[in-house]
Amino acid sequence: MSNETTNMGRRGFIKTSAGVSGGLIIGFMMPAYAGRLKNFLPDPGAVIFAPNAFLRIGTDNSIKILLAHAEMGQGIWTTLTMLLGEELDADWKNISVEHAPPAKEYFHTQWGAQMTGGSSTTYSEFDRYRKAGATARILLTEAAAKKWKVAASDCKTENGFVIHGNKKLSYGELVESAATLTAPAEIPLRTKEQWKYIGKGMKRLDGPEKVNGKAVFGIDVKVEGMKIAVVAHPPVMGGTVKSFDASKAKQVSGVVDVVQIPTGVAVIADNTWAAIQGKKALVVDWDMGGNVSVNSATQFDEFRKFASEGGKEVKKGGDVAAVIPQAAKTIESEFTVPYLAHAAMEPLNCTVKITGDKCDIWTGSQMPGFDQAAAAKILGLKPEQVTVNTTFLGGGFGRRATMSSDFVSEAVHIAKASGKTIKMTWTREDDTQGGYYRPSFLHRIKAGIDANGMPLFWKHVMVGQALPGDDGNGSAEGVSDSPYLKAIPNYHISQYAPKLGITTLWLRSVGHTHTAFAMESMMDELAQLAGKDPVEYRLMLLKDHPRNAGVLKLAAEKAGWGKPLPAGHFHGVAVHESFQSYCAQVAEVSIGDDGFVKVHKITAAIDCGLAVNPDGVNAQIESGVNYALSAALYGAITFKDGVVQQGNFDDYRVLRINESPAEINVHIVESTDKMGGVGEPGYPPTAPAVANAIFAATGKRIRQSPFGAMKLRG
Amino acid sequence: MIQLTVNQKQYSVDVPPNMPLLWVIRDVIGLTGTKYGCGVAECGACTVHVDGSAIRSCTTPVSKAAGKNITTIEGLSADNSHPVQKAWLIEDAPQCGYCQSGQIMAAVILLKEIPEPTDMDIDDAMMGNICRCGTYPRIRKAIHTAAKLQKEGGIK
Repeated sequence: MSNETTNMGRRGFIKTSAGVSGGLIIGFMMPAYAGRLKNFLPDPGAVIFAPNAFLRIGTDNSIKILLAHAEMGQGIWTTLTMLLGEELDADWKNISVEHAPPAKEYFHTQWGAQMTGGSSTTYSEFDRYRKAGATARILLTEAAAKKWKVAASDCKTENGFVIHGNKKLSYGELVESAATLTAPAEIPLRTKEQWKYIGKGMKRLDGPEKVNGKAVFGIDVKVEGMKIAVVAHPPVMGGTVKSFDASKAKQVSGVVDVVQIPTGVAVIADNTWAAIQGKKALVVDWDMGGNVSVNSATQFDEFRKFASEGGKEVKKGGDVAAVIPQAAKTIESEFTVPYLAHAAMEPLNCTVKITGDKCDIWTGSQMPGFDQAAAAKILGLKPEQVTVNTTFLGGGFGRRATMSSDFVSEAVHIAKASGKTIKMTWTREDDTQGGYYRPSFLHRIKAGIDANGMPLFWKHVMVGQALPGDDGNGSAEGVSDSPYLKAIPNYHISQYAPKLGITTLWLRSVGHTHTAFAMESMMDELAQLAGKDPVEYRLMLLKDHPRNAGVLKLAAEKAGWGKPLPAGHFHGVAVHESFQSYCAQVAEVSIGDDGFVKVHKITAAIDCGLAVNPDGVNAQIESGVNYALSAALYGAITFKDGVVQQGNFDDYRVLRINESPAEINVHIVESTDKMGGVGEPGYPPTAPAVANAIFAATGKRIRQSPFGAMKLRG
Repeated sequence: MIQLTVNQKQYSVDVPPNMPLLWVIRDVIGLTGTKYGCGVAECGACTVHVDGSAIRSCTTPVSKAAGKNITTIEGLSADNSHPVQKAWLIEDAPQCGYCQSGQIMAAVILLKEIPEPTDMDIDDAMMGNICRCGTYPRIRKAIHTAAKLQKEGGIK
């Protein structure tokens, strides 16, 4: 797999690597964009068939697959390649993979922008990438058939060759004639019975370069003449620079410039260390701005007031107020979760080179098109004058998907203000304190059951800041669309989104990060109130939801639910639907001598429809579980007078190997139902499953997160 | 000028003696497989070997590594033939991959010191290396697999 792109500049790479005198370029779309696209293509004179989108085949048999989505660990480098490769019959050793530049051709098939998120890559590209491969195969076959004067239907393709009897031609030998042909309007795709790779799986194609240091992340980019920039940000989000004194910073050996930008003061140096020392020597007088009033210590008290006032109605059914007096038993619980930072291992960074009326950007981004537009706006350029080179992402989790392009914009401002080519690198502290958090939330749920233990009413109010795109109203995903509502005759769901200056953002599984915790913890409380087994109770309520019920049954069966466990070990369960997939988990925990919870095992069942790369699905569920467990046990960003109290991994604690469950066993439901995602659905059930297991172990309900440092005994 | 031996190659670097080895390796010498994650020896992404010990290069002044044998991920093997790299690929351990250089460098020393580690040994040796993709179950498996490969093939 080639990655030199990011170090050498896309055009340079293409000239040196391809050496292609011609090539077959498969794409679907929009001649209008051909002009813009040609900037990204090999020497335009050499291109025979344009415009390109997903695939280029060179006369030297080289095959380049362009990804409309970014690889951030979730495995699409492999999965998208498998989809295309399933139809292409290429020689795998000739295939290289590359992130596509921003262009309309690479827009998400459903969302109208180029982006990676919502656990949507595989299902949204399932047809497009297979068709890209099939189109190429059909044209290459037709080209060979014409040459041999035989029927295309009598030819077959194998390992990069078209074959007829004892004649064979390599794809590279056929690209020039294939490029003169027109693809048929209908592209037939192979059936499930014919698949060689889909559903069977493949090792990660980016594995080899990720075990020898060759994989290039944004932070590894090197551009000629590049300096390193580190930024002094305001201690309180939204603060501004009143004045600054750079004299001491400029005395630091290696520091070459200090410039003010809208979001702070940037120190530019020959290397990262000098830039960091320069930042320490900088004296800045800050205007702290309006967020100094944000205090975590009192925030939930404020949220409680909002909850009592009630919020905006999201959904209702029946008449909650009327039936409350008829309930056999009622219960009211409150669940709280704090702000969370994504804390990807690779701190945010971006490299910018401005040359005349052009700008080159190198970064790991989930939204390269937004970044391109943001950079163009800052520089007064047209988007097509800005090239975004997407590197590997050292973790995304949503943080590298800001509509505001916050860190890319900051880097562009530094390059513009200094007139230098710079790689801006955030320190870990910048990354932790830089905002764009999963917002803190308070859920208050009052619920009642009838004499048979069945739910009678559910009154639910959620309080927390809105996410971008929520129109200021917040979002209630995981609550307002809960499958349980069908079994609850009277419900009322409302939300209140306080307007605060803390920037918020989606974090892996978004609203489900907290709605699943509230819903599945409360469901456990209802089961207890009804005197029913937690699995049995849920299955009763989910009887019209076979996929939810299916994963729940499978996880319970595989975990040995109800069967004896090692002494001191207890089970808890949760099931949740998100991103078109269904995931249930059984957590096995004990309480250690130190009084803290120890999670021994998570048994997960996932129904994502067809699992294109089954071990990739396993990996994503394992990952989702551990990412969720990290937040559930330790994750918390807190504010004091607007200042974030955490900075590095010593105080923003994250899960370590000794705290990871010894086993995370994933079971994939054989399913032909609608495909869903897998990057996020593993997250939501983990916290409630563990919390419910703690209840089983101790009789204590855990209604706030994080709870890893909570003394549960002794 | 400070003299460094990195992956058996000699370098003379003109840097302040207190500059962390990490930044010398990355920004001055230009080997970027060793990663910056925290700068305070909390995450292990910057793990390299100095005279056969795993150290955190982000908090090790370059002066302390002068004249010693430094090995980075690039020096482990040119062709992914080291048993730990092999095992990492067999178990498909990497996801985003950013922390994996440090994980692998830490695992190599663990396996040198304890050729057949238990899960507990692995936890003790690897708890300083954070992975936000949560690849820990596969890292554990990969270390056991590497132990087997190493036993079969001899210690590399």
